[in-house]
Amino acid sequence: MAGPATDSGSSAESTYRSARIPLLVPTWVMIGVFLVLPVALMAVYSFLTKEMRGGVIWEFSLAAYDQFFVNRGLFGDEPASLEWTYINVFARSIAQAGIATVLCLLIGFPTAWFIATRPPETRGVWLFLITVPYWVNLLIRTVSLRFLIRENGPLNDALMGAGVISQPLALINTDFAVQLGLFYSYLPFMVLPVYAAVERYNFTWSEAAADLYASRWVVLREIVLPIVKPGIIAGCLLVFIPSLGAFLAPNLLGGAKSFMIGSLIDEQFKKSLGNWPFGAAVSMILMSLVLILLLLYARSTARQERP
Amino acid sequence: MALRSVRHYPGFFSVALICLIILYAPLVVVMIYSFNASPSLTNWGGVSLRWYFDVFTGPEAPRFKAAAWNSLTIAILASTIATGIATAAALAMLRSGKFKGRSLTFALINLPLMVPEIVIAVATLIFFTMVGITTGYLTILIAHITFCIPFAYLPIAARLQGIDGSYEAAARDLYATRLQSFFLVLLPLLAPGVVSGFLLAFIISLDDFIITNFVKGAGMETLPTAIFGSVKQGIKPNIMAISTLMLAVSILFVTLSYLINRKGRKGP
Amino acid sequence: MKLLFTTTSALCLLASAAAAEGTLSVYHWFEYMPQELVDKFTAETGIAVTIDTYDSNEAMLASLKAGKLGQYDVAVPADFMVAIMGASGMLDTFTAEEMTNIANIAPQWLDVPFDQGRKSSIPYQWGSTSFAVNRDVYKGDISSLGIIFNPPDELKGKINVLDSQNEVLILGSLYLGIPQCSTDRDQLRALSEMLVNAKQHWASFGSDTAKDVMVSGDAAAGMIYNGFAAKARAEGANVEYSYPKEGHVLWMDNMVLLKDAPNRDNAIKFMNFLLEPENAAAVTNYAAYTSGVLGVEPFLDEAIRTSPENNPPADATPGVFAQVCDDETQALYDAIWINLKK
Repeated sequence: MAGPATDSGSSAESTYRSARIPLLVPTWVMIGVFLVLPVALMAVYSFLTKEMRGGVIWEFSLAAYDQFFVNRGLFGDEPASLEWTYINVFARSIAQAGIATVLCLLIGFPTAWFIATRPPETRGVWLFLITVPYWVNLLIRTVSLRFLIRENGPLNDALMGAGVISQPLALINTDFAVQLGLFYSYLPFMVLPVYAAVERYNFTWSEAAADLYASRWVVLREIVLPIVKPGIIAGCLLVFIPSLGAFLAPNLLGGAKSFMIGSLIDEQFKKSLGNWPFGAAVSMILMSLVLILLLLYARSTARQERP
Repeated sequence: MALRSVRHYPGFFSVALICLIILYAPLVVVMIYSFNASPSLTNWGGVSLRWYFDVFTGPEAPRFKAAAWNSLTIAILASTIATGIATAAALAMLRSGKFKGRSLTFALINLPLMVPEIVIAVATLIFFTMVGITTGYLTILIAHITFCIPFAYLPIAARLQGIDGSYEAAARDLYATRLQSFFLVLLPLLAPGVVSGFLLAFIISLDDFIITNFVKGAGMETLPTAIFGSVKQGIKPNIMAISTLMLAVSILFVTLSYLINRKGRKGP
Repeated sequence: MKLLFTTTSALCLLASAAAAEGTLSVYHWFEYMPQELVDKFTAETGIAVTIDTYDSNEAMLASLKAGKLGQYDVAVPADFMVAIMGASGMLDTFTAEEMTNIANIAPQWLDVPFDQGRKSSIPYQWGSTSFAVNRDVYKGDISSLGIIFNPPDELKGKINVLDSQNEVLILGSLYLGIPQCSTDRDQLRALSEMLVNAKQHWASFGSDTAKDVMVSGDAAAGMIYNGFAAKARAEGANVEYSYPKEGHVLWMDNMVLLKDAPNRDNAIKFMNFLLEPENAAAVTNYAAYTSGVLGVEPFLDEAIRTSPENNPPADATPGVFAQVCDDETQALYDAIWINLKK
């Protein structure tokens, strides 16, 4: 980590050294017992034989991974080749989630900055204002968003009334609608962590830089961004990863014409495909991808932190 | 003047405004259609309070009331506990020096984000059954605390990374105990991160459907399970009325917190 | 925290104590049974009813398989799911002596393929699935499934289909005149190709939204359940539900007696209660589908009794239930569905 905020002595960095274990025990217990064990069970399931329409038979099988990677045609008798279906599903989901994350950052960062520059006693209210809409259930919010952007909906009416467009925009059931929906679903998950980081920013640093004739945008890039980077990364993680598995926005706004990771897995457990080992396998593949990403990130920050 | 110019970037205010408009536009639809006289979600049939009467006096009223109560209490408990756990974890991760298994713990904390919800749901239910825990309020709470942890942790950790350790070191030099220096020095500095983490955990818990649907027990309903469960009848405007009431409650909270905050600042 | 745990466990104890006194645990769809009817049952018998809910047949199956079997007395699966649950030993059976009102079941629903002779299930509500068309947009002939699978120009790009493998593949098979659970490769290939071709004319897949997209006008035609079509009409959309000449899908939700039911006797009492014409009619008046019980007519609301959606024309081609294929065949249909949605 570069920047003025972290040039602290190594003693402060380890204030809680002796309390480390007790501080971590609650996390280890909650996640270790109530998540790792169930997930380990699912990892085992992904190597078992499927029971038709849900459930598993306790016999080792690689069928789930075979289905993911190997294509043998509709009837399973053609020569084996690489299966693109599910790789495409992953690529599509990653692209949608990526675009949604960028949208969240573009809107979320200035919003967080704006909140951080309000008088201190009103900042809490602004934070609440960002989260108040999320007291309404995601399904209802998504349905309402759908109502707003549909072909003869208020948005198109307003734009046509203002003379901006002459024909209604076909937004509904497009990829853009999905990105918009994901963006809308996760916006506070960008704004709040970024705010938490920006609020700490000491504006005298900007002033010092400005005194040295640095332009505002240079200040933003060279001084602000490195300092608020942890917040931005936290926000990106909180938007991108859940977006990968989201299914409400793709279904309600995108028309569900093609599987996304979320709906593909959902079909295995809650709908007719009922193939638990395959659902488990897709989840394990997804989890491994994200895990690699996270560990790379953790390693890179660990390296940077070294004096 | 210099202060103003470096604090304010042209366009940031407009973007924040756009952000609020985007966030609230769908809610305007929700509020308007909660007063719809027609049973339709999309066709307007005139102004009426019938769905509000339905919510309070309709045959399903007790179930919706119980669902709203369950949702709110679970969200408050789960997000509070998760925020506590996450704060402790953040201190250990960032303020206890380097240690073996730090990357692994980081991955562990973020695991709830990585595993698709439906998989957590099915796996957790199988796990609860295996160890003989009956599903009910407690199982929902446990599951919610677990998946709320990363949502609380990430903002808190992001904040903690930006806090200079010398503040606490100074406090310790003045013979403050570690507990004193945490509560009197670090926690106030950490507050924006803690509040952000708590709010995110709260809304993620309030919104959860898939996991709750599997780990809830007989007779337990939360608002999301009631809303998503309406597949046989379709969603009716009574859900819009409930949503509007939830908004009213949340705005009440905002106002209260603002007033308390202002009073606190005006005081000595 | 401690207080909370104590209260919760105290509540659990209370609940299990009451279970011995006379309770009934129902696993049901949300808003599919009027609360007044549950209250009436409690008033008549003193049995307290707790209801837990699910949102799809498969979700119910999954959660029962994941460990909830033994917690509930009755559930309400659809026809094909009754067969699946029966085959995997998740259902208990009752005798005709126990089910005193079994004679109230309409004869055509007594010997159903998914539960021969009604040993584990009773009819709850049934209905049909085909499609509806917005008559403001399209005024032509709507007597064929071609409206969905080979749509006229006016409807292209304005069609919603159910996001449900069973309904889409069975209606597609009916359109092509292919039997269900076919193993003939040419037939399956033709079905797959026909669906992939038709998909380019579809705007969206959606089951829960099937009614709303018709009412809002987002879709001008759509696969839909008859009850949803009736509701869309009641909400002011000019939609007409079709009983196509190729046939339609029949579905029936049934109340089943679950294996290891903790309150088996009360479950039987409840099922008998639901077979009373007056009570069956109360469900129908609420859910707006059709009851499988004799003698409900005097108790039905006029609008429901006479709705065109619930009363197919006399010359309509009869509907078909979804068949449960054997595992190998089902895998082929799964592949077709995945191929359609990839």
